[in-house]
Amino acid sequence: MKIHQISLFVENKPGHIAAPARLLAQEGIDIRALYLADTQQYGILRMIVSDWEKAAQTLETHGFVVKVTEVLAVLVIDRPGGLADVLGALDGSGINIEYMYAFSDVRGDQAILIFRFADPDAAIARLQTAGINLLASEELLKK
Amino acid sequence: MMSSVLESSIADCHPANAPDYTPVAQLRELQLKRLQAVVARAWQQVELFCSRMDERGLAPQDIRSLEDISKLPFTEKSDLRDTYPFGLFASPMKDVVRLHVSSGTTGKPIVVAYTKEDVDVWTSVMVRCLAGCGLHQGDIVQVAYGYGLFTGGLGAHYGAEALGATVVPTSGGNADRQIMLMKDFGVTAICCTPTYFLHLIDRAAELGVEMKELPLRAGIFGAEPWTDSMRRHIESMSSIEAFDIYGLSEIIGPGVGCECRHHQGLHIFEDHFYPEIVDPATGTPLPDGSEGELVLTTLSKQAMPMVRYRTRDITRILPGRCECGRTLRRIDRIGRRSDDMLIIRGVNIFPSQVEAALLEIEGTLPHYQIVLTREQGLDEMEVQVEVTPQMFTDKIGALQGLHDRLQGSLDHVLGIRVRVALVEANTIERSQGKARRVIDRRTS
Repeated sequence: MKIHQISLFVENKPGHIAAPARLLAQEGIDIRALYLADTQQYGILRMIVSDWEKAAQTLETHGFVVKVTEVLAVLVIDRPGGLADVLGALDGSGINIEYMYAFSDVRGDQAILIFRFADPDAAIARLQTAGINLLASEELLKK
Repeated sequence: MMSSVLESSIADCHPANAPDYTPVAQLRELQLKRLQAVVARAWQQVELFCSRMDERGLAPQDIRSLEDISKLPFTEKSDLRDTYPFGLFASPMKDVVRLHVSSGTTGKPIVVAYTKEDVDVWTSVMVRCLAGCGLHQGDIVQVAYGYGLFTGGLGAHYGAEALGATVVPTSGGNADRQIMLMKDFGVTAICCTPTYFLHLIDRAAELGVEMKELPLRAGIFGAEPWTDSMRRHIESMSSIEAFDIYGLSEIIGPGVGCECRHHQGLHIFEDHFYPEIVDPATGTPLPDGSEGELVLTTLSKQAMPMVRYRTRDITRILPGRCECGRTLRRIDRIGRRSDDMLIIRGVNIFPSQVEAALLEIEGTLPHYQIVLTREQGLDEMEVQVEVTPQMFTDKIGALQGLHDRLQGSLDHVLGIRVRVALVEANTIERSQGKARRVIDRRTS
């Protein structure tokens, strides 16, 4: 159920996201989801890509500092209350969300939430018990 | 596997080591004899030196004791620039077998020359350095200093070869190949700048090569100042013994001095290089034990004798004898130079203090650069620190925490507020394996 996400340190300057994007393009790696967490000075570019190992290796070879983390992808119906239901399942569990982001799925009325939990195993157990739909890597990457 | 006691006794028995143990009285006698000869030679052959002696009403015969050295004029780096290219040579070009060039940061470079005898002396002091670090025949030595105009590569190369070791002359650059050869050849010792070795450690980790499992057991690091905390970091990441070696092209290149296995300062090969410590502001000689600028006189150099050369390196001569038994005097490790002091809003700052502050923070590698600017008449100092894989986390809060800890440590050590910027890895300019530590964009 865990998805490999790659994160890059990038300076907050013009052109600094273009270089990694170009490298991934050259290697034929598809970016499925992307989120930029930024401060005034720098940012962390988080990506879920079609081939995380190749992506990490390519970027590292070109001098980028890459971190691979495990995140969870939750499929929700794209309607009011969709997010609240998922978060509700975690209420009272003491499970901490380190960060999250969301994107709409091309398949239509669904949205995908990406979570990084401090304790992903505990989160998987809790969410599955509550009947929340967790996506496996292959499902997430499928178009 | 040979025991380290046996290894070091093999190295200590190397015949080239004998001069390291000359009785002190005999050493002083030899130094005086050589000093008198080098002064006479420079006086006869080098116009600039002769005219400076005349100005002081001095002749070579006025040097009757080693103390008389303080009467002699200093030589400065600017003298080498002003007389570029061959103005300080004391040998005709037909006797000069080698020229090296040191890139000046401003204007003209400087040129240094060697006769055949000079190259032999250089080789012999490098052999003594390497033997003092416990190296011997059978060692495989990777020389990753730049080969070419820079003295580092060829100096270490000749020494290691004369010692009887196997030399792998990789020169600088191409870290992946350096690591591959180190691993495939079973390299046991490396000579390079400490900054470059840190880079190799990082790169080995990225390539999945476990540095600690390689046969590499010694690193001889020089050509730039480095700290004891950097030594601890290097030794913990690679399980080698790290040695500090000292030298400068103007005197001979690497091999002026080196640590022995006791790591209590660097022995100066004072049968060839006579050390003095002077007050950097007044030039007054200071007694052993006092901190000041290191001044060196070459006692046997033929092609380009240097009398009382101002190194700008700040250190002291350590009193007392080293436990290793060598009679050679030792200098403290060089942490700073009299000319790299920065004055920021009236406060004196040395780049070495910045490095020490950064190293206090766990997991920080000293890939940093100081950028000075002037904004509305006020000096601003920014310390750029490369984010390494060890430091990087994908959580903003954790990175901000790291930033704040670095900021706190710098404020504490420097006593003034500076800006800290986290920058992408491998973006700080490196040249000849030496990191360029200070970029001064202030226009006066």
